Amino acid sequence: MTGDEKHEWAAASTIDVLWVLYDRVLNVTPATVDDPDRDRFLLSKGHGPMAYYAVLAEKGFIEESTLDEWTSWDSPLGQHPDRVLVKGVEISSGSLGHGLPIAVGTALGQRIHGSPGRTFVLVGDGELDEGSNHEAIAVAARLNVANLTAIVIDNQSAMYGWPGGIAQRFAVEGWSTAEVDGRDHEAVFAALTAPHDRPHVVVAKIEKSY
Amino acid sequence: MTTMRQAFVKTVNEEIDNDPRIAVVTAVISSNEFPQENERVVDVGIREQTMVGVAGGLALAGLRPVVHSYAPFLVERPYEQIKLDIGHQDVGAVFVSIGASYDDPVWGRTHQSPGDVALFDTLPGWTVHVPGHADEVTPLLKEALMGDNRVYVRLSLHENSQAYPVGEGFTALRHGKRGVVLAVGPMLDRVLKAVDAENADVTVLYAATVRPFDSDGLVKAVSATDHADVMVVEPYLEGTSAHLISDALQLFPHRVRCIGVKRHAELRNYGTAEDHDAAHDLDVVGLGSAVRSFFRG
Repeated sequence: MTGDEKHEWAAASTIDVLWVLYDRVLNVTPATVDDPDRDRFLLSKGHGPMAYYAVLAEKGFIEESTLDEWTSWDSPLGQHPDRVLVKGVEISSGSLGHGLPIAVGTALGQRIHGSPGRTFVLVGDGELDEGSNHEAIAVAARLNVANLTAIVIDNQSAMYGWPGGIAQRFAVEGWSTAEVDGRDHEAVFAALTAPHDRPHVVVAKIEKSY
Repeated sequence: MTTMRQAFVKTVNEEIDNDPRIAVVTAVISSNEFPQENERVVDVGIREQTMVGVAGGLALAGLRPVVHSYAPFLVERPYEQIKLDIGHQDVGAVFVSIGASYDDPVWGRTHQSPGDVALFDTLPGWTVHVPGHADEVTPLLKEALMGDNRVYVRLSLHENSQAYPVGEGFTALRHGKRGVVLAVGPMLDRVLKAVDAENADVTVLYAATVRPFDSDGLVKAVSATDHADVMVVEPYLEGTSAHLISDALQLFPHRVRCIGVKRHAELRNYGTAEDHDAAHDLDVVGLGSAVRSFFRG
């Protein structure tokens, strides 16, 4: 498998959750990308952003025509997203294990400002191997950052898996949890919008297909 | 006597009440110095990667994070987070370290950070302050807190006998014809003693801010001497500013001598900071010897 094929698989794994987020959950539009009270979506797993770009294009954040030239010299769209180059992209990502700690900070910042905005962050189950995530999982619970929702795309990429399941890793720290079929849009929507008074994780399972 | 760390804590605790943008993020170290009841004071526990990541997120949400720890745990351990969660996100923050290169050498190599400024030098857009006296800390810090940029403030237990006005650019404290000595932060007193002991006819520049590097100030000082010979004395890794001196003097045939914490070997001795200064030729004796040999003739 080449690197590009891996990224294509990553995109195929995230497409359904990304669509539900932008179509039905997130309170953000191209007109409100600078509104301090917007919901923020952080794609921590910057790999395979084709699905992300496609959803952003469909929702009007970027021009659809930019998709054809992606990764070229003048294109704002790379194999990993850059928030400075793409309006509406909340973080520049690519190196794994950065999005969740940043998301704790943005959610905390929203709370400090008294904002109704929420923070959603998408990580991969393989990405959870990075130790920084486990620092952030603990800190989010200790600070009770209740306006934070993490989505774990579980396509069984973690090298050694997670004994007891991924949700349990979050639950033991005090997060509320949900496990859903990552292809089932209604189930994903219900899990992402479930009321919670503490940080919330949605583990979206995707069948491994390579 | 107020230490640099005390000046830092006092300034931040005063400003956090005045400026709703300011947030403090710590990883246990010094956390009890800040008002824990304030929601903008966040102690993440001993989790330095998340300390910096959370700071990046706070900055993205419009806050002005002050990130603080012991130098190796603030700069070296979460270096990629500094690069990506702050710099690559194009947000600002104020990083404040204590410990310097070897303030407490009894703790060994794990608590020494002579390479911190060199690491920041690999990243674009950082202002770096190396105050030489506690009274220099507050004005530097207040300016940093009011801004939106990326700032590193390197505090030390060791300081000069008096403070000097801080601001952009180097300050000329002596004027001579044989060359220029640039003394950074806490190195100043011993540089002046060494220059006096050697009766060296040199210009002495003082820098509490090393990034941006005052190239114009250096060129001006060199232009007023008879020899384009520059010695830089830095309290961190030797040669950290060599490339900037070389750039500044590219139109002059010149000589440069870089003095700082030596690179050639890891010093495994404990002892005192003064012992380490002597081992790195950063005491008055070592500096005097360097001045004598470099500015000979």
